[in-house]
Amino acid sequence: MSSSSAVDVRDLSKVFTRRKGLIHRRRRAALSGVSFTMERGECVAILGQNGSGKSTLVRLLSTLLLADAGTAHVFGHDVFKEPRKVQRLVNRVSVEASFFKKMSAAENLAYAARFYGMGPRETHSKIPVILERVGFPSARRGEAMENLSRGMQQKVALARALLTSPVLLLLDEPTTGLDPRSKQEVQTFIREIRLQHDSTILLCTHDMKEAEDLADRIGLLDRGELLFIEPVGDVKERYAVETLEEAFFAATGRTYEDERTEDDEEREVFA
Amino acid sequence: MASVDTTFTRRKVLRDELVGLYGVVERNLYLTKRYFLWDLAFLLWTIANTLTIVFISRGVDLAPAARNELATKLLVGGVIWAFLGIIFEIVTETVAWERWEGTIEYTFMAPVSRPVHLIGMGVYAVIYGLVRAAAIFIAVVAFIGLHLPHANYGAAVALLAIASISFIGVGMMTAVLPLISPEKGTQLGFVAQGLMLVVSGVYYPVSVLPSWMQWIAKISPATYALRGNRHQILEGAGLAWADVWPLLVIGAFSIPIGLLVFRAGERYAKRHGKLKRSG
Repeated sequence: MSSSSAVDVRDLSKVFTRRKGLIHRRRRAALSGVSFTMERGECVAILGQNGSGKSTLVRLLSTLLLADAGTAHVFGHDVFKEPRKVQRLVNRVSVEASFFKKMSAAENLAYAARFYGMGPRETHSKIPVILERVGFPSARRGEAMENLSRGMQQKVALARALLTSPVLLLLDEPTTGLDPRSKQEVQTFIREIRLQHDSTILLCTHDMKEAEDLADRIGLLDRGELLFIEPVGDVKERYAVETLEEAFFAATGRTYEDERTEDDEEREVFA
Repeated sequence: MASVDTTFTRRKVLRDELVGLYGVVERNLYLTKRYFLWDLAFLLWTIANTLTIVFISRGVDLAPAARNELATKLLVGGVIWAFLGIIFEIVTETVAWERWEGTIEYTFMAPVSRPVHLIGMGVYAVIYGLVRAAAIFIAVVAFIGLHLPHANYGAAVALLAIASISFIGVGMMTAVLPLISPEKGTQLGFVAQGLMLVVSGVYYPVSVLPSWMQWIAKISPATYALRGNRHQILEGAGLAWADVWPLLVIGAFSIPIGLLVFRAGERYAKRHGKLKRSG
């Protein structure tokens, strides 16, 4: 393991099994021998289609999955052997905002913060500040989440992740499904976090422009395999292309017209 | 080197765990507040259900005193059935509700220990269950016009609280079921509730059961809660050691077993990718 790495992933593999009938089981590799490292303060974007294994990677690093093979370390701590230590360092924002819908933004944030040891006095002062920082109107913090727009909910999700001051922030398609304005606001905020905090960011997305704009390095996951992870300029140079889209097709050897296989469909369900 | 300080004193860890436990109770309070009218409707249904049981005593040809005794025995059975149901329901919601709302991944990746998380759910379940049981008891007593001149309510509540330790332990075992089967796991919690009560003499003495069921009754905490509560409400008995020690022993086993079962279930869910909102 590299001692200077914020994230160190070695030969990480995850296979999901699904019952097919009474006897047969189908095994699909969501991740196959993935290795990469991230330096502290770095932002790495992982690109890939649905079912490529991006969410599986995020869930493994979030301690929500156990790997079948390989290792993963976050700031020197083994993700699978020391999950509690890793959990204190990590937080995430995923494509679904995921809140108790009848509870307000402030109540949801307080609930999440309690698990990180933040008492009522601390959340009482910090929640309004963090909501203001993500551009959430303070007057609406007592409103039930179900009454908020998707963009507003995603801002609260960002606030939830930042409230616990994570040193590793996992962003799993944080702008998918947002309208252009909300998307821009969230992206601006991610840039701000990088400038003002000491956070290391792993951004999983299938928005190539977003990846190019925000990340120091780009990785491409395809059918569970990490094809490359390097600065965007190097990627374009390596494949002698102008855009990341072209690099994606050159790296995978597929085109838009190529049909998705049954394996791809199943992988999407699993991964 | 990219080092981050992750050393915490034992005191800090303990404090954080207590804050986490408080957070679980606080969240349940918020949800109860939001769903108050639904909970009220469910309470009315439970009162009606208990009345249907207690009214059986009115159809039996007995002297007034014996009829009053039978009604009280049935009422205690109905109230404990409802109490146990709420405990199992709330503890099982540790997984089920979080999965339904989609928050399960955030909660299970948070640095709070699972025992604290589950005990937090259990503490809230007992508080809520006791308040609800009292409301059912008072409503049915008033409706039927029962006379309970000797009732020792303090001892009855204390015994129910002691029995709750075991109930929470069993609840922890059933709480894992929605992790394994998101669709049907919650309902299986009700199966555990029904099986426990059928062997415990919920509306009848344990002595009427087949002998093999009477053996199972000995390891069911509900047996001692029902027996003790009936003596306390009818005769004004205090906390009887004969009821308390079996409950403490069962509780001492059921909580660790419940935690082990839940831990094994969580590990299975992490291995098979079931710790997610869509199951």
